[in-house]
Amino acid sequence: MLKIIDSAVPIACWSCSIGHTDSTLFCPHCSKIQPPPGGDFFQVFGLERAFQVDLPALEHEFHRLSRKVHPDRFARAGELEREWSLADTALLNDAYRTLKEPLNRTEYLLKLEGAEIGEEHAGKDRKDQKDPSRVPTDLLEEVFELNMQLEEMRMARKMGESDPDLQASLEQAKRRFDGMLVEVDQSLRGQWQVWDQGDAAARHAAQKTMVALLDRRRYLNNLVRDVTESLGA
Amino acid sequence: MAESTLNGRVVGIDLGTTNSLVAYMQGDAPVVIPGVDGLNLVPSVVALDPIPAEGGRPSVTVGNTARKALIETPERVIYSVKRLMGRGLEEIHDELKLFPFRLADDVEAGEVPRIRLGEMKFTPPEISAYILRQLKRNAERFFGAPVTQAVITVPAYFNDAQRQATKDAGRMAGLDVLRLVNEPTAAALAYGLDRAKVGTIAVYDLGGGTFDISILKLRDGIFEVQSTNGDTHLGGDDIDNLLLTIALDEIHAEHGVDLRQHPAAVQALRKAAIDAKIALSSEQVARFDIELPNGDRYQREIPRDVFELLIEPVLERTAGPCKQALADAGITPEQIDEVVLVGGSTRIPAVRQLVDELFHLAARGKRPHIELNPDEVVALGAAVQADILAGASKSTEEMLLLDVTPLSLGIEALGGTVARIIQRNSTIPASATEHFTTGVEGQTNVAIHVLQGERELAKDCRSLARFDLRGIPPMSAGLPRIEVKFLIDADGILQVTAREQRSGQQANIEVKPTYGLTDEQVEGMILDSFDHAEEDFAARLLIEARNEAETILTAVDRAPGNPAWKHLTGEEQAAIAAARDRLAAVNLGEDLSAIRDATLALDHATRRFAELMMDAAVTTAIRGKTMDAAGEQMGHEVTAPHPMAAAEFK
Repeated sequence: MLKIIDSAVPIACWSCSIGHTDSTLFCPHCSKIQPPPGGDFFQVFGLERAFQVDLPALEHEFHRLSRKVHPDRFARAGELEREWSLADTALLNDAYRTLKEPLNRTEYLLKLEGAEIGEEHAGKDRKDQKDPSRVPTDLLEEVFELNMQLEEMRMARKMGESDPDLQASLEQAKRRFDGMLVEVDQSLRGQWQVWDQGDAAARHAAQKTMVALLDRRRYLNNLVRDVTESLGA
Repeated sequence: MAESTLNGRVVGIDLGTTNSLVAYMQGDAPVVIPGVDGLNLVPSVVALDPIPAEGGRPSVTVGNTARKALIETPERVIYSVKRLMGRGLEEIHDELKLFPFRLADDVEAGEVPRIRLGEMKFTPPEISAYILRQLKRNAERFFGAPVTQAVITVPAYFNDAQRQATKDAGRMAGLDVLRLVNEPTAAALAYGLDRAKVGTIAVYDLGGGTFDISILKLRDGIFEVQSTNGDTHLGGDDIDNLLLTIALDEIHAEHGVDLRQHPAAVQALRKAAIDAKIALSSEQVARFDIELPNGDRYQREIPRDVFELLIEPVLERTAGPCKQALADAGITPEQIDEVVLVGGSTRIPAVRQLVDELFHLAARGKRPHIELNPDEVVALGAAVQADILAGASKSTEEMLLLDVTPLSLGIEALGGTVARIIQRNSTIPASATEHFTTGVEGQTNVAIHVLQGERELAKDCRSLARFDLRGIPPMSAGLPRIEVKFLIDADGILQVTAREQRSGQQANIEVKPTYGLTDEQVEGMILDSFDHAEEDFAARLLIEARNEAETILTAVDRAPGNPAWKHLTGEEQAAIAAARDRLAAVNLGEDLSAIRDATLALDHATRRFAELMMDAAVTTAIRGKTMDAAGEQMGHEVTAPHPMAAAEFK
């Protein structure tokens, strides 16, 4: 999905013909809008790759760039400039949406760095869940127990019965998993810092840890979702 | 032409289910442009006149004149056509039950439905185009110059097909639609002009046929939509239908008359239902009193509490979308700083009560914003956006609207599952890139099924569009690598482009949407091109000015018969007579500005007379009510007829 182009290749501005590097929305010489630059989402904001991002500064920069590049500013411009404004703004929006949200940002940067991440399309997780090899080992016993309870709950609902003990037990399980999610997020933040400040070896280790944490997180999320559905909102 | 287009005004248009309006930015404030009748609201009603005696095409009227024809010739009139915009045959069955739309017999599945109007057939975008053309003409008459560029508002929850249909209608009406703006966002723009610089606002928009809720963050002139939700088939029409159904059933049961067989009577009853609904916003009881075809009278009182019980299920349907929008924005009701009410239906006290509960307003010492007329605020906001797009205006140069797509976009994958590619509430423009390949040796076409919705299986989502990728170079199955780019543009409309990467020729693949009207069809429906009535602009202005002069002359000739005439002094009467003679004289000539000046002069001379008549009309209207109730009603809506609408020329 992502194309990484060597950002050192100079490209001539369509308007003033002066060469510039490929990662800018506007020509540094004549300020005219440019076709969507290559490079990654961090470069759109002039940032170095990092897991920790200053969100207020990111928002400020997003607004500043939006004011300049948005199609509303080019409603009466030529066809080419309108087309680039549309493409540039789509890139800006996609970049902002990805970077402002911690999990999206983490997955994105891990992929940029070449890590293999589990499938993120929501619809595809459910089937995998029953596959025991994907259950984190420390949760094996608990997940087995939980699946039994979820099944019982389904049966009880079908019969129109209510089982307060079962209900309480599931609610407790949900609280426990929620707590584990908080722990995962804390660990992730710790790894962000390790990566951002570490050398190549530290980064490599942090990446592996983060991929595992994301897997665990996805797994826990699905458990919470199943329990919540079973408790019937 | 190019020069005048560049410098011409951009107007803002609210193309509503019930009423439509056109507005523009006058200095630093948006104002609505009135029609020839002096009224701001143009009813979204289109009527086909009788076939002229000398033959040829019947002409089309729009607005209040068309609404009058609704009682006389209901089979030649259509309203609420917005409900049909961008919808397929299979989607409009419910609408056909509730609304007197007459579908053409020869419409086939997959085609854009056509509606019968008298002896002719029109697609919904064509009907909307007539409304837009009327608004365009109103604006041209007001400016005395051509208007070719516009911003048009659509419900935030409109899907791709509905948006495209609206844009098509603009093109048919001869308008270059610079932007489609979501209605609640437009309302926020109208309010945001002179409001706090930072804050989170919710816009609750319950109109004639659609409901939208949008949550926006305001910061230094940037209006960033956080989330939006809604229901494109929920509004005041549904309340009218409830009242109408009850009345029809009661009349059938009590008087043995099935009015459903009498379209004209149903229209009269619908009007009575609407009047009752409006009255109940200010009074405790409303009355039906209708004469039936068999001479009986149907009389019924509807107390407000009964009405509120009746409409509760309709109003309750707005609560779910509000809660979802809050959840999607990741905030609680307490974090909403301000709530803006939009749409005529928000005048209903029960609606305001519900909004108060949903956003905990009274509990926090807050009240919703109703300062701007809820019927006009969307058009005013459209004018603000038009000004932003036109550029070079001090009052809006710091403003920028960042809107979102209301629905997640997905594509059907193997096994009927949905791969979501753009999440709902993503800021637009937004894009996603996916790769496809072929399943059969030498396959040159790939069909992509685009869906909207949040469910996991394609059959549970709403089908948005099917795109055919054609012209793929023939290769072994699975070898082509087709890169498809999905881009939702600033109008919320999906653009799809595709390229085959493996063949090395980077051939551009043809992408053809399999819904809506084709470019050629839209081209053929451009109104003035098949009206054969294309006059040049100056000639049209002259005709309109003459018609207007005729209207005021006729009214003045009848004036001495009015009781108010006696209250004028002799000098006033003489001044009117002189102005009348002057207008009658110049109206025979070709001098547009002379006719306009004389019309203006006569209008001026008759102003006091008009006021006297209006006073008399108001007195009649409120006779029999307590003064308190009358005062309240006046505050909401001054509906006394102005017999001689002020002619507003620049």
